[in-house]
Amino acid sequence: MGELRLMKGNEAVAEAAIRAGCDGYFGYPITPQSEVMEYLMAEKPYDRTGMVVLQAESEVASINMIYGAAGTGKKVITSSSSPGISLMQEGISYMAGAELPAVIVNVVRGGPGLGTIQPSQADYFQAVKGGGHGDYKLIVLAPASVQEMCDHVKLGFDLAFKYRTPVMLLSDGAVGQMMEKVVLFDQIPRRTDEEVIAQCPWAATGKLKNRDHIIITSLDLDPAGQERVNLKLQAKYKKIEENEIMYEEIHCEDAEYLFVAFGLSARICQKATDLARAKGIKVGLFRPITLFPFPVQQIASTIKRVKGVLVVEMNAGQMIEDVKLSVGLNVKIEHFGRFGGIIPSPDEVVRALEQKIIGG
Amino acid sequence: MTEEIIIAGFGGQGVLSMGKILAYSGVMQNKEVSWMPSYGPEMRGGTANVTVIVSDERISSPILNAYDTAILLNQQSMDKFEKTVKPGGLLIYDPNGISRHPERKDINIYSIEAADEAAKAGFSKIFNMIVLGGFLKLKPLVAPEFLHKGLEKSLPARHHNLIPENEKAVELGKNILKPVQIVN
Repeated sequence: MGELRLMKGNEAVAEAAIRAGCDGYFGYPITPQSEVMEYLMAEKPYDRTGMVVLQAESEVASINMIYGAAGTGKKVITSSSSPGISLMQEGISYMAGAELPAVIVNVVRGGPGLGTIQPSQADYFQAVKGGGHGDYKLIVLAPASVQEMCDHVKLGFDLAFKYRTPVMLLSDGAVGQMMEKVVLFDQIPRRTDEEVIAQCPWAATGKLKNRDHIIITSLDLDPAGQERVNLKLQAKYKKIEENEIMYEEIHCEDAEYLFVAFGLSARICQKATDLARAKGIKVGLFRPITLFPFPVQQIASTIKRVKGVLVVEMNAGQMIEDVKLSVGLNVKIEHFGRFGGIIPSPDEVVRALEQKIIGG
Repeated sequence: MTEEIIIAGFGGQGVLSMGKILAYSGVMQNKEVSWMPSYGPEMRGGTANVTVIVSDERISSPILNAYDTAILLNQQSMDKFEKTVKPGGLLIYDPNGISRHPERKDINIYSIEAADEAAKAGFSKIFNMIVLGGFLKLKPLVAPEFLHKGLEKSLPARHHNLIPENEKAVELGKNILKPVQIVN
């Protein structure tokens, strides 16, 4: 077993990046995720593994540093929170277009605008539907625990390089700030320059005698060429949908009603499931772990067996659209949410189930 | 076994670190734990609280609205959290800085004069460990050897020379805890 620690979610992201053999972190401080860079600066991974940690002058600079480093095949990560992630969208779209791997962590806070610094899940649309311009998708992972904050960084790098695409961890202020027990995976060595050249033939690693110039770009002024780029991206997203779906089901076997929730909301719903079952209400929980690819068929087959579905999110109703698109129109699906940094309590969720689904 | 605890008081009383030491001791004893602090504007306003859950099973929600135990160390916390103790649950408070004593009739209430004792000892920083001792007397969630390991893990190495003081404070807390109302 790996090393056991009590850590904040944000600290787990930082430690996992070091252990995953990451080459560089570029970021700009913003609550509630500043502990990521604080931890890295205290831990000095440049001494431990040679990993670079750099505070950029802005989020726009951070994401473009990520773009540049990823273009050379380096394993790089950035983190921010909602307003900062909005600033990064141009760069993220360029990276999707240029097919560059990276991990981007969004520790979501309440919005819109500067909003608040308290936890929220209001950036679902931005993360899943493409926050920047153009037809692209990110692989979006939704960690619900500090352990997953750690594990999803490693998984994120694996997926980013497997598909040459940016991967987003869609977390929130509570998962970032809370401490839980974490089992850390063992250190993975950073790749040598030779390994990067061998593993990333697409990367700008310097002109080799036996190959052409590598050009990293998202620009193709010839529409036919740009359509080919789009078709290639869409084929890649289809492959991701076929292969990378992750989800968890709790108490779904005999469930008559169903909660669907991701991240922190899923943790709250798990407690609500226990409270409701103590009252004799047979309710289960379906937790998508990948938000793109969304577990369309899996959710549909579970929903088929229940009388009604309550989608619980810390937003005004975003993932509910994907749940509805997964199933027919004759299913009763309602939304319950709190916004702007308010976290719903488990008994509030049970009351919503009783009012909107069972009684409604 | 699952114990759901809220610890609340002023910033600087060691509320968050008390919770962290308890949680880390739980980790060392191979329990599941979660530590969910208030952060941001709430904390900057001078009050601090943390929800700590220690359990033998996987923990569901780290955010709660009802607690087995509330450890309340100022009046604002009493006003906010007295009502959140589950019926039959436990409330521990330090009468210093409390103008309105707890009024619930359906919970166990204990008082602990930790601020006075810490002042007498001339070492205000042990205040939170005295309170923790009082709690552990009633709810021995972690054994002393694991508390020791929890202290080692929670405190920076340069403060490890203070661990014996902290452990003494925990023992002191066990001795000065006073029952106010016992319902079960």
